[in-house]
Amino acid sequence: MTAVSTITVDEATAAVPAAGFWSRDRKVGAGLVLLGVLGAVLFGALATAQPARFTLSEDSGGAALEVGGTTGAVLFGLIAALAGGALLTGRAHRWFAYLLGAGVVGFVLSFLCWQVSAAPAGQNFMPLVNVVRGTFLLALPLIFGALAGVLCERSGVVNVAIEGQLLMGAFSGALVGTMSGSPWIGLVAAAAGGALISLLLAVFAIRYLVDQVVMGVVLNLLALGLTGFLYERLMQQDTKAYNQPPHFPVWRIPLLSDLPVLGPALFTGTIFLFLAIALVVVIQLGLFRTRWGLRTRAVGEHPQAADTLGVRVLGLRYRNVLLAGAIAGIGGASYTLVIYTFTKNMIGGKGFIALAALIFGRWSPVGALLAALFFGFADQLATYLGAIDSVIPSEFLAMLPYLATIFAVAGLVGRVRAPAADGKPYIKG
Amino acid sequence: MANDHIDLTVEPGEIHALLGENGAGKSTLMNILYGLLQPDSGEILVDGRPLQIRGPSDAIAAGIGMVHQHFMLVPVFTVAENVMLGAEKVRGGAPWLTGGVLDRRRARREVAEVSERYGLRVDPDARIEDLPVGVQQRVEIIKALTREVDLLILDEPTAVLTPQETDELLEVMRALKVAGKSIVFITHKLGEVQAIADRITVVRRGRTVGSASPDTSRDELAAMMVGRSVQLTVSKEAATPGAPVLEVRGLVVDDDRGIRAVAGVDLTVRAGEVLGIAGVQGNGQTELVEAVMGLRLALDGEISLAGERIDGWPTKRVLRAGVGYVPENRSVDGVVKEFTVAENLVLDLYDRPPFGKGLALYPDEINKAARARIEQFDVRTSSEQAAVGTLSGGNQQKVIVAREMSRPLKLFIAAQPTRGVDVGSIEFIHRQIVHERDVGTAVLLVSSELDEVLSLADRVAVMYRGRILAIVDPATPREEIGLLMAGGTPDRDEA
Repeated sequence: MTAVSTITVDEATAAVPAAGFWSRDRKVGAGLVLLGVLGAVLFGALATAQPARFTLSEDSGGAALEVGGTTGAVLFGLIAALAGGALLTGRAHRWFAYLLGAGVVGFVLSFLCWQVSAAPAGQNFMPLVNVVRGTFLLALPLIFGALAGVLCERSGVVNVAIEGQLLMGAFSGALVGTMSGSPWIGLVAAAAGGALISLLLAVFAIRYLVDQVVMGVVLNLLALGLTGFLYERLMQQDTKAYNQPPHFPVWRIPLLSDLPVLGPALFTGTIFLFLAIALVVVIQLGLFRTRWGLRTRAVGEHPQAADTLGVRVLGLRYRNVLLAGAIAGIGGASYTLVIYTFTKNMIGGKGFIALAALIFGRWSPVGALLAALFFGFADQLATYLGAIDSVIPSEFLAMLPYLATIFAVAGLVGRVRAPAADGKPYIKG
Repeated sequence: MANDHIDLTVEPGEIHALLGENGAGKSTLMNILYGLLQPDSGEILVDGRPLQIRGPSDAIAAGIGMVHQHFMLVPVFTVAENVMLGAEKVRGGAPWLTGGVLDRRRARREVAEVSERYGLRVDPDARIEDLPVGVQQRVEIIKALTREVDLLILDEPTAVLTPQETDELLEVMRALKVAGKSIVFITHKLGEVQAIADRITVVRRGRTVGSASPDTSRDELAAMMVGRSVQLTVSKEAATPGAPVLEVRGLVVDDDRGIRAVAGVDLTVRAGEVLGIAGVQGNGQTELVEAVMGLRLALDGEISLAGERIDGWPTKRVLRAGVGYVPENRSVDGVVKEFTVAENLVLDLYDRPPFGKGLALYPDEINKAARARIEQFDVRTSSEQAAVGTLSGGNQQKVIVAREMSRPLKLFIAAQPTRGVDVGSIEFIHRQIVHERDVGTAVLLVSSELDEVLSLADRVAVMYRGRILAIVDPATPREEIGLLMAGGTPDRDEA
């Protein structure tokens, strides 16, 4: 940061961005129009006259939203195209987010109308409850992981070690949970396990100024090697004693869990679901409304400025990185303390997808939540389409969310700006 | 050693100027006072009591505030957020965990109160990165004032300001003095010192060399600062301009963020004259020069060198066509710090005889030429084999000037040629620039130091928001040029 002045943006004389006709709104609009027309024409032609049913309750015969396959594919395609068209006029900037949302949702629905109507007879319905529930379940570790990233990177430490933190959390949760017989003690151990990886990251990145990305990669390998070794040499020797973790019960929130679709999906779940949502809210409010948040963001943007005002830069970084590790550790336990037992490399790259969700969500907790849900939905969709024998190979569908990320990060979601001091060690003086 | 047994006493309600050259140890001294650096020996007394200042919070608690040369503001925060950072106004809300919920309304009100009381106009909700430098500086001062400091340290506060903004700042300083605050005003500009200081302490090479009263003459002050008498004005004959060498027509250039930085510039530099570009930093001077050098894309317009279009040429070709270039960011763009002086001196010609051919370099030739140029350009270095990074700023700059002036030149471009350079080297570099002009080279000088432009240039172009507002004679009154630098309309045609 230098004190060099630049042309201020308030006066339009010299500060017109060199955009020309193809502003971002128009580019996005054109993209949506193309997608919408593709949906209306292609999906409309491929869809059958069979009705596509979206069931609202857990049994397939119950209440459902129903639309003719062809009609639906064409209709939703046109909605997407219309939303794009509105953006293409260049006069709808105020509604950018809503129009973009409407366009994407329209395209997805158009696609679904085709797929569901083309499914084998008797299977042409989509159980919305399962889809929403599955989306949240698959998104859970991503939410925890991305929150861990938010905490670290907002205070200026790059966290590539999310994968390792998740894995360590899953492992220590399973081990200590089994040995103690209590899922709660397992949960605490999982948080401690994640924080341990964080502690190494913090000490080497903050104290010894090691390159943070390199350190993160190394820590991932360390966690993989350590848990893999202990899994083979300890857990597999005596599964009963070391790797049969107790599981958290499923809680139903009274009243709210009776809501259609959302009730069974959002208000019925284990502690991890509620914890994830609570953490998103708490961290979002904390970052932007509290003293801790103001200082954290200052330290991530301009640590020297914070230091000259008496803020303890390094202390705050340590604290946030450790907290991040604990949160990721809990995210790891959402595997072993709910359904599974621990297996080698069971996180399988989710930590890196959490990192993508963090960037996609623009370093904000709510953004990260939405990005994680988007990835979760894509995952869930791939599973569903596999189940109805879709003509589209499931591998291709599994690829889609990452393609979408690349496009989104490249400009769709607006200028993506990391905290200015992200990844830069702070040296006094 | 940056400070060697310095003594300084500041009285209540006094504006105390700390005068010294770049690198004399002024900022080091103040960073010790503010707790950013720790002294090896000596003591600090506040109101007569010795005090240990271990960090900025101790300094703030002792009533010491500081406005740093490079502002300590978070660019993406609002004014109010920057002011309250570190001393946040909070309401309840789990203070044991979060330190409490921010009370933004109170923070805004506090900014408004202080800005009202001392005449520091600023919008509490504006984002720092959208504000001009002068306003950012006001935010820095407000930041210190809300912490109720008794002593305010201003580190080179006028370096980035227009003459008008400087006047406003001096007004604010007077208001603060009336309110009973003490101010330490760090600067190397003699005029400002004489205008405002109650007392002056001069430091040189880390030592106090004496104090002076504000009615001491400029020449005396300069002599104390440098340690010998200095020639403050540049002596030069009238220019004898020849044919146009550099012609720029309708040039349009964007900055790194894609924002228009140069918005249609026309200018001509003739052989044997110095065209100076005056203006506050960041009004497009950097981008203009980089476009001429082929370092930045010219979006529209023409650039010609001696009648030949050079826009779109790679930089190497521009250099070889007879252009010498002193870049404004010396340590990043001007030298390779880890390389030796000798290597830095041939960065432009290393691949040509006598210095190299094909894959080979000829170190003997390179070193021989280096020794000659070190002699000729008075570069103070232990040997031509010393790394350039170990030299002082002034000597690094001399290495660059020596390299660029060792080719046959048609055009010499000097951007901020004396920034961060000691007075002795400034004199030397100025003489070299005048000499280059006298042998018939066209010189384009860009400087944010108005004095430098006025003393060297034969014509002065004032640049504001990407345009040349006027081209005037250097004898034009400073006030008038200052007005142009702030975007005022010229009431005089081209000189």
